[in-house]
Amino acid sequence: MNNPSMAVIFALDALTGAVFLLTTLGVVANRQVLASLQLFIAQSLLLTCSAILLGIATNSLHLFAVAAITIATKTVLIPWVLRHTVSIEVYRTREIDRVLNIPSSLLIAAALVVLAYAVANPMLGAVHTPFAKINLPLGIAAMFLGIFTVVVRREAVPQLLGLLALENGVFFAGVAIVPDLPVIAELAAAVDVPVVALVVGMLTRRIHVRLGTTSVGRLIALRED
Amino acid sequence: MTARILYNLLQVIFVIAFAPLVEGVTTKLKENLQSKRGPSIFQPYRDLWKLFHKDEIVSDYTSWIFRAAPYVAFAAPIFVALLIPVLTRYPLFFAFMGDMLGGGFILALGGFFATLAAVDTGNPYGPMGASRTRMVGFLAEPVFIVVFLTVSFVAGSTIPYIVQLRWVTPIASFFEPSHILLMSAFLMLILAEDGRIPVDSPSGAFELAMIERSKSLEYSGRGAALMKWAGAMKFLVLICIFLNVLVTPWGLAAGMQPIEVLIAVPLVLLKILGFILVLVYIESSLAKLRLFRITEFLGAAFVISVVAMITRLSEI
Repeated sequence: MNNPSMAVIFALDALTGAVFLLTTLGVVANRQVLASLQLFIAQSLLLTCSAILLGIATNSLHLFAVAAITIATKTVLIPWVLRHTVSIEVYRTREIDRVLNIPSSLLIAAALVVLAYAVANPMLGAVHTPFAKINLPLGIAAMFLGIFTVVVRREAVPQLLGLLALENGVFFAGVAIVPDLPVIAELAAAVDVPVVALVVGMLTRRIHVRLGTTSVGRLIALRED
Repeated sequence: MTARILYNLLQVIFVIAFAPLVEGVTTKLKENLQSKRGPSIFQPYRDLWKLFHKDEIVSDYTSWIFRAAPYVAFAAPIFVALLIPVLTRYPLFFAFMGDMLGGGFILALGGFFATLAAVDTGNPYGPMGASRTRMVGFLAEPVFIVVFLTVSFVAGSTIPYIVQLRWVTPIASFFEPSHILLMSAFLMLILAEDGRIPVDSPSGAFELAMIERSKSLEYSGRGAALMKWAGAMKFLVLICIFLNVLVTPWGLAAGMQPIEVLIAVPLVLLKILGFILVLVYIESSLAKLRLFRITEFLGAAFVISVVAMITRLSEI
């Protein structure tokens, strides 16, 4: 942390973290499916930035691999999969059905960020990289917000995006704690996540074809008894 | 000592003189971005000139408040301009009189009188706009408070000059997450306070949809000119607080030489032009929100400011 280039990288990482949190809040509070998808892409790009910055700072090739895999799967592959499996009707719906209204879900989101910092603080004692101070709480916050998105949204694609935001949060925290993440773990995640997107996308397509909606809250009526 | 008083007056003259220009440039750029020619950037000056030369008509049913309100609204931004760094990096003669909260109170006083004057007339649109302004106001208030609390907690002071020196000037703290978040929250606040597009349409002519502008519908002649000018000055003062205290404290005069202060004038105007470009982009790419969606917009601003406070508190 003493030399100036480290300080610059630290500052840039902090900036990335702030915008990362903003995009995650956007995924929670957005009204439109397409905007949510774009915010998720932006979030993934910021995760890539953070991984590259940390890779430069710690001289770790693994982190560059993380960055490359993230950009390949999350900004290219997953949007492509989602656009091609889920019918265009889903994106045309202007408003996402949700359990809570936006102001109250935003307030809960703020409480979750507080909780994330409270949870992260004792953990910081065990980690000795300076970047964990930024990445760990923000990553945990993104995890919480991702789970919250899954809870609060009532439609399949935004729920999936919440799940993916959660996954981004895990990596955002992970790159700071473990600079030498085994590539096999990263590759496994990289293969896993598009498959999840593909499955959910196909399922959503089927549901949409049969019911004309992807509103998960109404799937209770699906049983045929 | 005399230099400090003179520079202080220069700040006031800067705000008074360039406020219509800022408004004119904003309108012109917005029209240009929408592929229209737009009025000249000096059009607000001509409007003011025209209005000052017209007769003023005051309804018989109004009280003294209606007549006093334009003067109070006009004086409020001038007083704030005495307190905040507009051109110089160091505090000037009157800066001891109030901190940022004081400036907020003075601006709120001007708004309060404009609201009273709107209720004072028999025009049905005035009270409607006034009540809507109050609604936006009480939603914006918590954001203001949290932003100021965080900023003054970091700087250990609520004086804008100290805030700017302690927190924003060191480049490392510029990129802090809390700073970026506070900047976004304050930007949303400016949009709401000044009735810019996601919240209110500044150029709209439809009374039922107006928030900010319907308050001065009843004014004519000199009263209308003063209200218009006061609105432009309030906007400029808010931009100055945003740019010079919170975002880019560069380009301000550091020394006491008159030439440095004079050079600061074009530099500050250049910064304001940059801000206007961002503002015009925001205004042209968003649609006006429905009235009850304003809660969502300001709720988002509030959450961002709270998150900024948390990130700041837990990093120490």
